[in-house]
Amino acid sequence: MRAVIDRDEVLHVARLARLELAEDELEPMARELSAVLDHVAKISELDLDDVPPTSHVVEVTGALRPDEPRPCLPRELALDQAPAVSGEGFLVPSPQA
Amino acid sequence: MLELSAAQAIAAIEAGELSAQELFAFYRERANEHGGLNCFTWIADGVPLPSGGPLSGVPLAVKDLFCTEGVPTQSGSRILEGYLPPYTATVVSRLSDAGATLVAKTNQDEFAMGSSTENSAYGPTLNPWDRGRVPGGSSGGSAAAVAAGLAPWALGTDTGGSIRQPAALCGVVGLKPTYGSVSRYGMIAFASSLDQAGPLTRDVTDAALLLKHMVGRDPCDATSLQLPGEIAKPQAERLDGVRLGVPAELLTPGGDFAGAEAEPGVRDAFERTLKLAEDLGASVQEVRLPHAPYALPAYYVLAPSEASSNLARFDGVRFGMRAPDATDLLDMYTRTRHDGFGPEVKRRIMLGTYALSSGYYDAYYGRAQRVRTKIAEDFRSAFQDVDLIVTPTSASVAFELGEKTANPWTMYLSDYFTVPMSLAGIPAISIPCGLSPASDGASPAGGGLPVGLQIAGPAFSENRLLDAAHALERAIGFDGVPARV
Repeated sequence: MRAVIDRDEVLHVARLARLELAEDELEPMARELSAVLDHVAKISELDLDDVPPTSHVVEVTGALRPDEPRPCLPRELALDQAPAVSGEGFLVPSPQA
Repeated sequence: MLELSAAQAIAAIEAGELSAQELFAFYRERANEHGGLNCFTWIADGVPLPSGGPLSGVPLAVKDLFCTEGVPTQSGSRILEGYLPPYTATVVSRLSDAGATLVAKTNQDEFAMGSSTENSAYGPTLNPWDRGRVPGGSSGGSAAAVAAGLAPWALGTDTGGSIRQPAALCGVVGLKPTYGSVSRYGMIAFASSLDQAGPLTRDVTDAALLLKHMVGRDPCDATSLQLPGEIAKPQAERLDGVRLGVPAELLTPGGDFAGAEAEPGVRDAFERTLKLAEDLGASVQEVRLPHAPYALPAYYVLAPSEASSNLARFDGVRFGMRAPDATDLLDMYTRTRHDGFGPEVKRRIMLGTYALSSGYYDAYYGRAQRVRTKIAEDFRSAFQDVDLIVTPTSASVAFELGEKTANPWTMYLSDYFTVPMSLAGIPAISIPCGLSPASDGASPAGGGLPVGLQIAGPAFSENRLLDAAHALERAIGFDGVPARV
């Protein structure tokens, strides 16, 4: 499981992460991710076929509450910290330029 | 006033010897005067009205990532510069209902990702024992503020060691409670299955007192739990019959983790403390945690994966900064995140996104979750034979600013002793257990830098943990103060 991340892989993952990376960030990112993944590869040494995964250490089941209406954050408060608003909503650039 | 622990200050206020307003003004002024350490990202303007409650108005410093209504909450990130949350984190509300007063917000690594507080967009916090060194992280501002006497006590958060390691490097007490004991509602999330809030204090008694008012089920956090009993004031002076386990795999890591080995001065302080524990009546035995060496690699899959998902919310739409002049929506997202996140946060988002991406999920995230199961089993099995597990908290004393920033994995190794407990969700405390010269031979006035002892117990063993820490603290007699500014 030796992962070598190259420049193209960095660009692909950055696109998935909705993260722009500058030209001079690409090579260091590729190098650093490869180095970290090299260490992480240690987990491939173990035989884990019969081991169940743990997503959470706390066994909480049925953490449900009655579905009753109650007040939520007022609109003006929810919009208060937004970089741009338009009337009653968040204002964003068009999805298609 | 500076000499009083929080519990002592409460007693003095209740006895009418001290007023809460006087105490608050005293600490507010100290926080303002000693900006050089860069512990704080916000300091209260005025002195609050009398609040009463069991905590009697004693001031509290709070790590920046806890949402505080109308008070800047930036999580050490440029992307949240100036953000004023519309609500307050449950744990902060609980403490304020109990009478704590918010005196300052503390500096931290950006989104709690780091072990040195050098990853803050608002500059590094300096270690009050030696200003050329880091205070640890990510709760470095809280640890340094308590150590320097700029706050009586503080809140931190711990995902892989972010309370315990800075507590160790600053010579204060830091406790990570059992996962689920403290509500995460209003804590800006890093890795949700690991994040826990906890106290950073001058002594174990204060840690117990603060924790007592933090814990409990919160309807706003479905993973929060009611503790089986109340957190009690620690009283133990002896350790008769207590079985302490020293995990061989952590103490002599070797192989791939040779760099994580405790330096000689840390090792010496740790062994002196084990002797003291035996003098107090404890037995010390070796214990096996066969999968402990796999904890750090598994953590660096799990935590970044959860982070990459949690940090998707920072997209320039609802709060925080937005990059100007975007050509379209996608361009706005990607440039906002480019401009707003620092290098370590970008690295972890990339690492997590990669580990979760199609074709890699099973090899990384899936495997790491299975490793987590093995680590939790190791602890359960070890706690059949011993009551508590002890290790140094950190392999080294405080390291120099810039020493570990060039190589991410070197920095990640700082969490070698603390990450296994995080993955298992069990409670662990760090208490100062002595001073050691730095590995480079440099020693600040006073003969050394603080060394931390980590004590871990089974889930919900907080009272036992605090009692043992209290008995050891008395025996160690650490005086707990750097040259006070």
